[in-house]
Amino acid sequence: MLSYILRRIVATLPVMAIVALFVFSLLYIAPGDPAVVIAGDQASPEDVERIRQSLGLDRPFLIQFGSWVWRILHGDLGTSIFTNLPVSAMIGQRLGPTLSLMIVTLLLTIVVAVPLGVVAAWKAGSLIDRVIMGFAVFGFSLPVFVVGYMLAYIFALELEWLPVQGYTPLTQGFWPWLENLILPAVALGCVYIALVARITRAAMLEVLQQDYIRTAKAKGLGQGGILFIHALKNASVPIVTVIGIGIALLIGGAVVTESVFAIPGLGRLTIDAILRRDYPVIQGIVLLFSFVYVLVNLMIDVTYTLVDPRIRY
Amino acid sequence: MDRRTVLKGLAGAGGLALSGGLSAPAIGQGAAARTLRFVPQANLANFDPIWGTQYVVRNAAALVWDTLYGIDAQLQPQRQMVESEETTDDGKTWIFKLRPGLKFHDGEPVLSKDVVASLSRWAARDPMGLMILAIQQELTAVDDRTFKWVLKQPFPKMTYALAKNNAPCSFIMPERIAKTDPFKQITEYVGSGPMKFAKGEWVPGAKAVFEKFADYVPRQEKPSWLAGGKQMLLDRIEWIVMPDPATAAAALQNGEVDWWENPIADLVPVLKKNKNISVDIGDPLGNIGSFRMNHLFAPFNDVRARRAVLMALSQEDYMRAIVGDDTALWKPLPGFFTPDTPVYNELGGDILKGKRDFDAAKKLLAESGYSGQPVTCLVAQDQPITKAQGDVTADLLKKLGMNVDFVATDWGTVGSRRAAKTPPGQGGWNMFHSWHAGADCITPAAYTAIRANGDKAWFGWPNSPNTEKEITSWFDAKNVEEEKAAIGRVNKAAIEDVVYAPTGFFLTYTAWRKNVSGIAKGPLPFFWGVSKSA
Repeated sequence: MLSYILRRIVATLPVMAIVALFVFSLLYIAPGDPAVVIAGDQASPEDVERIRQSLGLDRPFLIQFGSWVWRILHGDLGTSIFTNLPVSAMIGQRLGPTLSLMIVTLLLTIVVAVPLGVVAAWKAGSLIDRVIMGFAVFGFSLPVFVVGYMLAYIFALELEWLPVQGYTPLTQGFWPWLENLILPAVALGCVYIALVARITRAAMLEVLQQDYIRTAKAKGLGQGGILFIHALKNASVPIVTVIGIGIALLIGGAVVTESVFAIPGLGRLTIDAILRRDYPVIQGIVLLFSFVYVLVNLMIDVTYTLVDPRIRY
Repeated sequence: MDRRTVLKGLAGAGGLALSGGLSAPAIGQGAAARTLRFVPQANLANFDPIWGTQYVVRNAAALVWDTLYGIDAQLQPQRQMVESEETTDDGKTWIFKLRPGLKFHDGEPVLSKDVVASLSRWAARDPMGLMILAIQQELTAVDDRTFKWVLKQPFPKMTYALAKNNAPCSFIMPERIAKTDPFKQITEYVGSGPMKFAKGEWVPGAKAVFEKFADYVPRQEKPSWLAGGKQMLLDRIEWIVMPDPATAAAALQNGEVDWWENPIADLVPVLKKNKNISVDIGDPLGNIGSFRMNHLFAPFNDVRARRAVLMALSQEDYMRAIVGDDTALWKPLPGFFTPDTPVYNELGGDILKGKRDFDAAKKLLAESGYSGQPVTCLVAQDQPITKAQGDVTADLLKKLGMNVDFVATDWGTVGSRRAAKTPPGQGGWNMFHSWHAGADCITPAAYTAIRANGDKAWFGWPNSPNTEKEITSWFDAKNVEEEKAAIGRVNKAAIEDVVYAPTGFFLTYTAWRKNVSGIAKGPLPFFWGVSKSA
């Protein structure tokens, strides 16, 4: 197993190299110029050119790419063109809020979506099933920012239960940390909950028709035991897969959610960097996200062995 | 590997990431009343006010670095770090003396050598500084508190140049920092102003924190914009960046922030209804909307085509598109200079007044030789002001019978494409939209967009010798009357040659919680004199 994990990690290197080349090339040919943004609206063309030279943006593509790769090989993601701070430090500043948001959303999703999917499968065709699936369609259809604004209006402005915006680190207490994350996690989790609930229902429906479930019922096993111990465990592989794939959905959704709730996370950093053409930051974030995707896929594969003993690597 | 190992690993990694590097000071109840939470107009993405000339950087820098002179609410330069100055009879030598007791945030005294290095770096990036550099003989420290600037010819606007609030301002930094190449960013933020920059708490794009500098020596005069006593009544100011205006509005209503610098017009009615919030015009100097035509290529290389557009454009259409139906927020502007300022003059502005004459405009356009070639119009969609103006312009050009090539893009792309001097069909352009802070458009001093010196002019590269001649006459003016007359002549010449097209004058609001007091109207947020009750 350990050697399998190591092999998979090594296999990420060529993937990352291709991602790096792709991202660098794309940014090189994309319109826009960070020197223009830095120089300000009133700057003369000469000022813009001098800034471009000082940033090394006037150098040929291969030299720029080579020097970037060389720095990465030395563990240096470079320095932000705008803030003059190391990209790794900027990502480090933003990692906590995004990770917090994703973890809370993930937990919320599992706690809500899986039972909903199980119940919908158990009561397939009933009113309960239709209500749950109706909610799933609704959740899947609503844009994150619409849900976000609605939640902020109701729970922050009208009821004054929760804050509108911001992020408090966990080091300042569990509740201050959590209260800032509840609304964003619900907003971001809506799509995810809908997706996981639907997949859980589908997987459970298939399992519930298996012979061993009929046997369990015949033996007089309770409904809860059948659903959550026997059926759910055997339906777990597709559920785990979709939860894993859904993390990509979360990263995408975090960009919007972090803007709506003013959470200083990686999503907002990405948007800011793209709008300003802060190339080193964009490249650093895309590399990080790519690595996360690869890692999540690896974790999904490892998790299969935990939920299904028949799977071995 | 078993389930337990995996779970332990995940928990460990998550806990580390959530707790590590995220510590921030907890603010007690008492301290909260002396902490102001402010939503700035934009993200403070860098903090070098000479290298990065964005307004938001200038605004933050005004807290951290002091200037030799400061502009006041009457637009007059007043002494700030300087105790006295004298000029020789020929006006070529300026000798300045610093106030005693000035200190940098690292505890070191502010000395003449620091000022010399700071002014040298500033002058290399500032339009007025460059004018001074062009006639500079020497800039030297005479002693620790005295320095002199020797010029080859008189420069009457010296104290204005050192006081002006237009970016870049001549902020005074320690010599070791000020010696940084003006085209490279500084890495230390040791200031000379009333607040220290808390670099450790800076999260670019999200938060910037400023803490009171106990050893700052304010002047005794009443504060007025960048002049007078910068008495800080707050211990800490947190700048919280909120990219979404709806979130900022909700946070202000919920009491999570205390002051929002520039609420958008659409949300102002909601804020005005809240009994805990005050809303007022933020900057009385406002903004001037604009679009620039490329003077290098047809059709706008012919002044008749440019005049035809000017004859037809309705500033009311542009202003309503930008600020909506709140008539308190805009006014027509028959010229290029900021209204309601001492030297304002709209001489020659008739072409922008009265009923729009499309027939005459079409006739003039035909005389220019326009024959239906595409007009490449760059419109940044991510900036509400440029997007609104772009939509109006596209409609205007179509009504004039022009073939509009509407390029909907983002501001970053407009920023780089407008620098291209290639023909419109080969990556160049015919028009782009922008706006200028009214504070920059009071006089030609810092007004890059009014310059019409061909290749050296701002994008569009207008070439109008008459405009340039009158700008020079403003610099040479010896009193307000002469200045006002010169401004009138600049306006007339710039309109005749259509240096650019002004689309009107508009204002914006600012909003704050009612437990905050002392907020002054001005071209940037002034924090001295601002206090907050619990």
